[in-house]
Amino acid sequence: MDHTPRALFALINAGMSDVVLKSNTPWYCVSCYYCTVRCPQEVHITDIMYTLKRLAVQKGHFDDTNAPDFSKTFISWVESYGRSFELGLMGQHMLMHNPFGVFKIAGMGIGMVSKGRMDFTPTRIKGMDELKAILTKAKELEVAE
Amino acid sequence: MKYSYFPGCSLERNAAAYNISSLATAKALGMEMVEVEDWNCCGATEYISLNLLASFALIARNLAQATKTTGVNQLVAPCSACYLNLRKTDAYMQESPDLAKKVNQALSAGGLSYEGGTLKVRHLLDVVVNDIGLETIASKVTRPLKGLRIAPYYGCMIVRPNFESTNGDGKSFDNTEYPMTLDNLLKTLGAEVVDFPMKAHCCGGHMTQISEATGFEMIRRLVKGASDYKADMIVTLCPMCQLNLDGFQAPMNRHFKTNYNMPVLYFTQMLGLAFGMDAASLGIGQELVDARHALAKIGVEVPQPEKPAAPKKSKKDDKSLPMPLMGKVEE
Repeated sequence: MDHTPRALFALINAGMSDVVLKSNTPWYCVSCYYCTVRCPQEVHITDIMYTLKRLAVQKGHFDDTNAPDFSKTFISWVESYGRSFELGLMGQHMLMHNPFGVFKIAGMGIGMVSKGRMDFTPTRIKGMDELKAILTKAKELEVAE
Repeated sequence: MKYSYFPGCSLERNAAAYNISSLATAKALGMEMVEVEDWNCCGATEYISLNLLASFALIARNLAQATKTTGVNQLVAPCSACYLNLRKTDAYMQESPDLAKKVNQALSAGGLSYEGGTLKVRHLLDVVVNDIGLETIASKVTRPLKGLRIAPYYGCMIVRPNFESTNGDGKSFDNTEYPMTLDNLLKTLGAEVVDFPMKAHCCGGHMTQISEATGFEMIRRLVKGASDYKADMIVTLCPMCQLNLDGFQAPMNRHFKTNYNMPVLYFTQMLGLAFGMDAASLGIGQELVDARHALAKIGVEVPQPEKPAAPKKSKKDDKSLPMPLMGKVEE
């Protein structure tokens, strides 16, 4: 982790946006919201970490690391089917970033399949066209800002 | 009591055991669950990492679908991530008229609309304990969980954050750092409940996919904690926590060369067992860490689980983020 959250916020205050957006710190945030409930200034720290992730991706940082790509792969399944698809997500993500890792969790994968906990095909919602229209519109509005 | 039910993607398959045990125990408690029609993924923690407004619109479609298709204003989610996302979107839409307007502009492209505050978003644990009540639950216990030591595990998104919208929507139903709802429920079922200091710590969410070393460490400390307190099992209320602690327990053991063997079950499965239901009807046996030894203590037989195949050795070759070490010079 490049900076502690406190150091990261000091960098934001100092206007050092380039250093901030290249820091890998936000990608370690697991969204547990401990900081948000503890902050005496009631800063929504988790939401700020999400914002930093979005800005970093827009700037093209972290193109070659796992973290934003996991989000991208996750989102692509949701945007095509309306639901997440674990096998596709993990398979696609691991093949791209950690092909040998497949062997590491092979036992787990076999366990999940043998227990009937893994789908082989994604489920598509009925209102996929409407969902696509909603997301497209939302993205247009976001860019317009 | 009638509730609108949002199962979420995990409960469709990897956490199917949570779904069937939730529906079975809800029925036993006289709760009628009406599933939201054609719901979509809540985006977990990923959608909002890349898109802001679209992530709220994605979630708001579910709020709109729930209002439109179930006709009930209490929306119940058993998954903590779904619960958080639905609760957060509803609270933010109440807090910010600007966000509410934009989300509704997006929703209208799909012929939908949602007004913040229309629904009360609830977690299943909250509903079971606070609507049904511990007295009613105690009266239905036919097989007390006597002699079973349980580490109650809440994880993060069920009690945090604490949104302060004007009408109190989005406020956490329990203490944000030391909740007691699950402790009290398990005590009511007759279990010996461990005073588990890590009960509201994070399981790591998707961290195993982003930084394996970090993800495994987050899992290790929880499993070790429960083991140090001599718990027979961890009981949880979130499919992501269950997947991490149960599914990733063997890879975590290999990573640290440890040998933990801590079963992880859902609170609804324990509720069902205490009500005298049989293990298979609650999806027990689908967990990867064998729970037979623990459940034998309360005289429950579990369908025979299969041993997962032996793992293969692998080379270290990944670009995942390393374990964070502060105060040291990193390479």
